[in-house]
Amino acid sequence: MAERIGVYVCHCGSNIAGVVDVVQVAQWAAGRLKHRGVIIARDYKFMCSSLGQELIEQDIKELGLTRVVVAACSPHLHEQTFRNACARAGLNPYLCELVSIREQVSWVHTDKVAATEKAKAVTSGGVERVLWDEPLEPLRVPIHPATLVVGGGIAGIQAALEIADGGHRVYLVEREPSIGGHMAQFDKTFPTLDCAACILTPKMVSVGMHPNITMMTWSEVEKVEGYVGNFTVTVRQKARCVKTDLCTGCGVCEEKCPKKVVDNVFEAGLGYRKAIYTPFAQAVPKYPVIDRENCTYFQKGTCKACEKFCPTGAIDFSQQDELITLQVGNIVLATGFDLFDSRRIPQYGYGRLANVFTSLEFERMCNAAGPTNGNVVLRDGLTAPKTVGIIHCVGSRDKNFNNYCSAICCMQSLKFAHIVKERTGAEVYNFYIDMRTAAKAYDEFDQRVRDEGTHVIRGRAAEVTDAARMPGEEGKLIIQAEDTLIGRQRRIPVDMVLLAAGLEPRRDAKQTAQLFGLSCSADGWFIEKHPKLDPVATMTEGIFIAGCVQGPKDIPNSVVQGAAAAARVQGRIQQKEISLEPVRASINEHRCSGCRICNNLCPFNAILFHDDRMVSEINPALCQGCGTCVAACPAGAISGTVFSNEQILAQIQGLLMLNLNGGRVEELVAA
Amino acid sequence: MSENGSKPKFAMYWAAACGGCEIAVLNIHEKILDVDANFEIVFWPVAMDAKYKDVEAMPDGSILLTLFNGAIRNSENEAIARLLRRKSQILVAFGSCACQGGLPSLANLGTSQALFDAAYDGPSTDNPQGVRPQPQWAAPEGQLHIPEFYPAVKTLNQVVPVDYYMPGCPPESPQIAAVIDLVLQVLGGKAALPPPGAVIGAGDSTVCDECKRARNEKKITQFVRIQDVQPDPALCLLEQGLLCNGPATRSGCGALCPMAGALCVGCYGPAEGVLDYGARLMTAVASVIDSTNPAEIERILDGIPDPAGAFYRFNMGGSLLRAGRLPRKSKVAHEP
Repeated sequence: MAERIGVYVCHCGSNIAGVVDVVQVAQWAAGRLKHRGVIIARDYKFMCSSLGQELIEQDIKELGLTRVVVAACSPHLHEQTFRNACARAGLNPYLCELVSIREQVSWVHTDKVAATEKAKAVTSGGVERVLWDEPLEPLRVPIHPATLVVGGGIAGIQAALEIADGGHRVYLVEREPSIGGHMAQFDKTFPTLDCAACILTPKMVSVGMHPNITMMTWSEVEKVEGYVGNFTVTVRQKARCVKTDLCTGCGVCEEKCPKKVVDNVFEAGLGYRKAIYTPFAQAVPKYPVIDRENCTYFQKGTCKACEKFCPTGAIDFSQQDELITLQVGNIVLATGFDLFDSRRIPQYGYGRLANVFTSLEFERMCNAAGPTNGNVVLRDGLTAPKTVGIIHCVGSRDKNFNNYCSAICCMQSLKFAHIVKERTGAEVYNFYIDMRTAAKAYDEFDQRVRDEGTHVIRGRAAEVTDAARMPGEEGKLIIQAEDTLIGRQRRIPVDMVLLAAGLEPRRDAKQTAQLFGLSCSADGWFIEKHPKLDPVATMTEGIFIAGCVQGPKDIPNSVVQGAAAAARVQGRIQQKEISLEPVRASINEHRCSGCRICNNLCPFNAILFHDDRMVSEINPALCQGCGTCVAACPAGAISGTVFSNEQILAQIQGLLMLNLNGGRVEELVAA
Repeated sequence: MSENGSKPKFAMYWAAACGGCEIAVLNIHEKILDVDANFEIVFWPVAMDAKYKDVEAMPDGSILLTLFNGAIRNSENEAIARLLRRKSQILVAFGSCACQGGLPSLANLGTSQALFDAAYDGPSTDNPQGVRPQPQWAAPEGQLHIPEFYPAVKTLNQVVPVDYYMPGCPPESPQIAAVIDLVLQVLGGKAALPPPGAVIGAGDSTVCDECKRARNEKKITQFVRIQDVQPDPALCLLEQGLLCNGPATRSGCGALCPMAGALCVGCYGPAEGVLDYGARLMTAVASVIDSTNPAEIERILDGIPDPAGAFYRFNMGGSLLRAGRLPRKSKVAHEP
């Protein structure tokens, strides 16, 4: 039976029609592609509207269409819409092709004539391809009710708690010895100046106590296999060298440990910890870990002070890393951020001028449990500053480093100004580019800090120097900046400089992305499925992102994302099963010579080799249709539904308009 | 099928090829007598005297079976291909060159100029006057012409429609004998012709299917060259890092090379349904390289010194690529 194809060309308002002559494309398709089976071609303002969809449904019913090609936007957006429309009209949804003349044509071209020609070619490719489409049924697979949350900062904690409260198992993996993340390092939170620990630690304790949460600290995800609903995750539980079933968290080991180490993680380099340690007093879990690289016993073979003094015999130097396999249905990634390294801007003097501090150092300094017991003092640990300069946008909004705004630094810098004033009464100068305080009660906080007498200078600081040029600058740090509001260069001598360093993706964000099969933006932040409408989902089904892993954000927004990801996961779990695209590979046994090239390529272990018959076979229940084996099979014995050779080659032929001139490629090669 | 009681007519032609195909046909031994007994051989330049004008004089479609070996290198090859197409009922692309361009089509990666430079000015060539082939030459006796040299070698089916393909460099003699048998059976009404466009005289799997070497899951950490190693006689050559083309090459030869410890070089061409042999083979080989480290992968790939020769040895002309980028106005200014 000859196929009866309907072609629908979308204007997308002026998105497509502004560049492509859509009427011409439809008319062309109706005429020139008639011999390929096109019996109707229409253009419509918004194909995705219900009226547009009804147009297709009506034609399927009244004209007996057997295939549908929609030339509109990317399949990412509306493939499902048009497939559903076909299904409603009784046409198998996989007999519908959506070809993109927006993202791939109108948005990337300005020459209207050429764009219209290209739109015709793209449409012609869709028509050729749809001829090879086969009716398919979606596969339904069960969703494992457990969830993996990676990262125990506030976003991960929120996600874990909400899912666990919903009655589902959560595995929370954290690579540091304790959960808490960056928020645990802070003293106060803007704009309300709540004590960070006071609002965070109850949540941490809830995580630790929750019957549905399996907390895995000092652990890292090593391998992720499987697919939405059915992930198999391998987690490396690093050797703690402490038996958690015996340890009471009394802290004697830490007290007795003779080895002091600069704590570059939790104390941001401002304080010390021991070689056996819990990062902070309220750590969850309470069990310490032994840092083998610094432990005297592990390095020199003697010491064992911790073991000697441990009242419960919980120290176990022989512990080895353990690989734990988890089955989960969904994954939430909340791996957070790293602080911009202020050393990269040498003119600000961090690392060279003692009294230049980073924002995280200052957070620890003003924290009552921090290295200075909350006293705001210079690097000597004694002297309170009389003047303090705070530089915003360090490494942010800067073409040399990061173009983006780190979102939190303005408010953080204002918070610092308030704390400095409150604790020392010092004069405070904030150097900003633009004051970004656009959230609930943020601008009021800005006003409050200014009312308290903080000087704000609009201008990016040019440098911080200890070279005095004028009277009154001796022994001071001088911040040189252009005050753009008065149009003058200013030199402000201060005792202490705080650098509001920006937020950057984790150093290993790319590896993490690779591990979980996600993509990163050019900046390195993980890419959400849709920047506005799907901010916590990713292009990989079943993997969600929350918090700063997606981009810089403050605590309220991180919590919102953690909760949003949890809601998405719970919705999935509630459905109990999910329908998967019936994209599958299969092996033509007759053509398979058993060369075994495909055997260990399958990421889902779906390929089985039959020794007796010397052929390979694909288990359709495990196959996810990734196409790796299809591409690899040297004999061409493996083909994949939806992306068969015939479909792909036919589409190329259509794109090259070979359907119009007798299919000769001859012209392409100079003869 | 015979016309007017006479024997059906048979032809064989040698275009751009080495002559191995002709030898392979003679190598069917006494079976050649069956050919003679059942066919009237009307045109077979290597075996008997004949002139093109004799063929031109034959009625169209009067030859039942023509085995055409060799690629289309020049205008003479093409003219005879068109002539024989017109005169033949069944035209068979015989051997790798006719089917896929064969070894001559590797020259498609360079220009004709480079090819002439290599042939007429090469280190082993003594050509003090720098003589080059001239399309025409005013000899005292009159104007002389030689065929036009094409910038790229073509396969037979790139110039005329082809009924059947018989791959191999050359096709294995038992396969030729089997095809002769089949044609005789068809003539006797005891068998039907295969569907048009079919590959005959070959299998429909790949060489591995006929290779008895033991196979495991493949993980390649290093490519080695056959002259540098003593391969394990029982284990798959590819697993030993030898770039054996068996997995991608159509079966039918009996896996003679790999079974003898020599790499399959791919003369039987792509497997059924495969559009581009070299691309298939490359993706296959690339996918079993056992590393995720770009520098390491680069090092492993450096073990393949001549990728074009390794992956496209017999089929550059028939590949999707067909040729390196050719200068658009390279047509030599004379007609055949």
